[in-house]
Amino acid sequence: MNFNIYDFTDFVNSINVWLNTVFPPAAADIAGFVIIGICFLTFITLLGLSLVYIERKVCAFFQQRLGPMRVGFWGTAQTIADIIKLIFKEPLVSKGSDKFLFNLAAFIVIIAPFMAIAAVPFAKGLHVLDFDIGLFFITAVSSIGVTGILLAGWSSNNKYSLIGAMRSGAQIVSYELSVILSLLTIIILTGSLQLSVIVESQRDGWWIFKGNIPAVIAFFIFIIASTAESNRGPFDMAEAESELTAGFHTEYSGIKFAYFFLAEYINLFIIAAVGATVFFGGWMPLHIGNFEFFNNIMDFIPPIIWFFGKIAAIIFLIMWFKWTFPRLRIDQLLTLEWKYLLPINLVNLLLMALVALSGWHL
Amino acid sequence: MTEQELITNIETVPETQEYFINMGPQHPSTHGVLRLLLTLDGEIIKKIEPHLGYIHRSIEKMCEKDSYQQIVHLTDRMDYLSCHINNEAVCLCVEKGLQLEVPERVKVIRTIISELTRLSSHQLWWGVMGMDLGAITTFLYGFRDRELITDIFEETCGARLTMNYNVPGGVMFDIHPNFQKRTKDFITYFRKKLPEYDELLTGNVIFTERTKDIGYLSKDDAISFGVTGPSGRASGFACDVRKRFPYSAYDRVQFEEIVYTEGDCFARYKARIAEMWESMKIIEQLIDNIPEGEHKAKTKAVIKLPEGEYYQRVETARGELGVYIVSDNKKSPYRVKFRSPGFSNLSALDTMARGNKIADLVATMSTLDLVIPDIDR
Amino acid sequence: MSRSADGIYNFMGLKNYISDIYNGVKSLITGMKVTGHYITHPKEIITQQYPENRDTLKMFERFRGEVVLIHDENNQHKCTGCSACELACPNGSIEIISGKETDPETGKSTKIIDTFVYHLSMCTFCNLCILSCPTDAIKMAQDFEHSVFDRSKLTKVLNKPGSKIMPGVK
Ligand code: SF4
Ligand code: SF4
Repeated sequence: MNFNIYDFTDFVNSINVWLNTVFPPAAADIAGFVIIGICFLTFITLLGLSLVYIERKVCAFFQQRLGPMRVGFWGTAQTIADIIKLIFKEPLVSKGSDKFLFNLAAFIVIIAPFMAIAAVPFAKGLHVLDFDIGLFFITAVSSIGVTGILLAGWSSNNKYSLIGAMRSGAQIVSYELSVILSLLTIIILTGSLQLSVIVESQRDGWWIFKGNIPAVIAFFIFIIASTAESNRGPFDMAEAESELTAGFHTEYSGIKFAYFFLAEYINLFIIAAVGATVFFGGWMPLHIGNFEFFNNIMDFIPPIIWFFGKIAAIIFLIMWFKWTFPRLRIDQLLTLEWKYLLPINLVNLLLMALVALSGWHL
Repeated sequence: MTEQELITNIETVPETQEYFINMGPQHPSTHGVLRLLLTLDGEIIKKIEPHLGYIHRSIEKMCEKDSYQQIVHLTDRMDYLSCHINNEAVCLCVEKGLQLEVPERVKVIRTIISELTRLSSHQLWWGVMGMDLGAITTFLYGFRDRELITDIFEETCGARLTMNYNVPGGVMFDIHPNFQKRTKDFITYFRKKLPEYDELLTGNVIFTERTKDIGYLSKDDAISFGVTGPSGRASGFACDVRKRFPYSAYDRVQFEEIVYTEGDCFARYKARIAEMWESMKIIEQLIDNIPEGEHKAKTKAVIKLPEGEYYQRVETARGELGVYIVSDNKKSPYRVKFRSPGFSNLSALDTMARGNKIADLVATMSTLDLVIPDIDR
Repeated sequence: MSRSADGIYNFMGLKNYISDIYNGVKSLITGMKVTGHYITHPKEIITQQYPENRDTLKMFERFRGEVVLIHDENNQHKCTGCSACELACPNGSIEIISGKETDPETGKSTKIIDTFVYHLSMCTFCNLCILSCPTDAIKMAQDFEHSVFDRSKLTKVLNKPGSKIMPGVK
């Protein structure tokens, strides 16, 4: 087995070959699925735990605090302690709620990011689903989550939850548009929705640099719209703890509450991953045209580090928003989308088409 | 479908229903046990009915059994964010009854500490206001600066929140030797930090969108509801007791009465921020000129007010606090009544927030700066 | 862009639209600068880690933590049992149970303190008892860690067993 930190293709293939020698072909496929499933489950759990920890620390430092310090070194085990607490808590179901939908909602909310994360290209060759509509697939499945939120609000038999769910529905339906349009701006340049192709197309420079001004505008619209789509502050009307106590998940407790919590952070990761892939070249190291010497130095850093570094930067930016700004009101949120982001986006799309036509991009 | 069918179809669409929602008694943005019964149409507020009584401790009744010295510490528990000013109100009222002239030093000390109290109350309000609108970081920044004032209080008065520093006739102890230095350091520090408040919230486009033209209160309504303090002055009702009926050392300091005419949430917000600047001005004028002298006038151990009625008003951080004492020449008063600013301010909430959204109600409530134990004594 | 009455598009509207966006974004960045300043200056963190910093945590000397009766090294205090503090207390936190002591030489009996009961759980730390004491026998201590598992532990007897009144205190 030849393990190469720069290119995982051979490594993945060799696992595949090994599985096929050990098992009959049908069983080999199943074994492959199981391995991938386990890998993702572990990855997502660790990701959720560490993102919660990071968010707490980042927010603490923004607020001149230290954040969790007691459990483990610098509070690193705090989130694990929290998860243990949540697992052992009683899963309350409130009276008069629709029990089936109430339970189902939590699972729908967590399934959506699980599906979406499968299409994320982590490094060269480290990619589970790589089909020609990858980007479309991610945006499609990640919006399943809103069904879960709507169901959760509806089935809780709580007016606060219902208001929260309805807000969230309106919000996600409108912001989906901007997310997709801003991604389309770059798709004009790549000409493909396949994520591996998008990454490859940035071998000589990331789209945010190559794509001229429209790419920069598109990135900012993408960041704003996707923050809104993932229900994070300053667009967290669906939870709005000062107005709706906790919005759609008011009635949830224990591990089901943890699902909502986890889903929020995985969504955050997926947004950052999509942003990094489309605008910042995914795992592609920073390359400048044909400047071979510089490119070679950059290649020395493993792609997986590039990828996670970019994601970390985007996540930090989104956290920065959350811990600085007040929350918008629901109608202002919709105004922002329909009167500002969408028109700008459409004009930007046109501009990008112009850029692409006249070859102003690099 | 013919036109006629369309019209009948429209008519059979079920009417939208209004529904009720209980905001409180436990709710993050009522800041205490206030229960608001909201009648909503979607997210639009049709009616607000405040229900009180969850934190009623019958302070007024308790005053009837306590001696005049003991009443003072009960007022700490009304509007706990301006406790010193509440204490001062009772003491001024008792001193009025006794026709006691307090030393100049006491007047100045009381004024300085009152203004520090106002500052700390407004700092907390600013932090909470940001948090109500979703900017949690402001909460911590507000508390960071307030911490320095509570340290000053702790050093001089012996407690951080319920200070009980006033006694009829003066103040409990003389100021601590470090008091002047600490206060001056704080003012220098806070003059640097207050612009940060503006950068973080006042100028912020989301914040202005959330507060401009929201929760409008006209001047006439402000007067008829008795909305006082920064909330009333933001509606153009010039009602600053410190200017109109000066007490303690307010007659000898220069400061502006902050009046805005817009009457919306943003005006109330600006009025409080401007008041912080004015408070700092007042403190700066007095801090170096504290006259020498006694920290307390001589009083008898058992105070008996001559028979009669006494009223004293002061300006707390929330508005006009009135203390009304009826005495029958015994060692405890016959009847005590507090005119608390929070109660009157809350009564205008329905007028202000009707027709707005739930999110606006939160903004309106936080600009009213309600302290529930003040509403419900 | 808005259309004026004569049907001509008014580009002032567009200009406002763009300046709205510009000012909005600018104000947001101003806010982010403030929080950005703090995350890059971890020295300004104000958190105090409380149980760890017990050794260095010193309360101000006027801080009102609990009422104590001052005893000197000979286990003597200054309390005459006059009950002034009991009367001054607004909520009955102090109970003075006085006894009688007969002077063996003169045969005169004087009132002395038998038990000084202090209900910490009811005390509002108003300082009135301290002010009222004619002999300055009691004071406020700075201890603030009062939590106990049993409520009855909060009812304290302040005069130490075997303690006596200081000679000469009336
Ligand atoms: S501090 Fe106040 S409440 Fe406490 S015992 Fe003394 S007088 Fe009573
Ligand atoms: S402590 Fe002071 S006031 Fe209280 S009984 Fe003793 S001497 Fe009297």
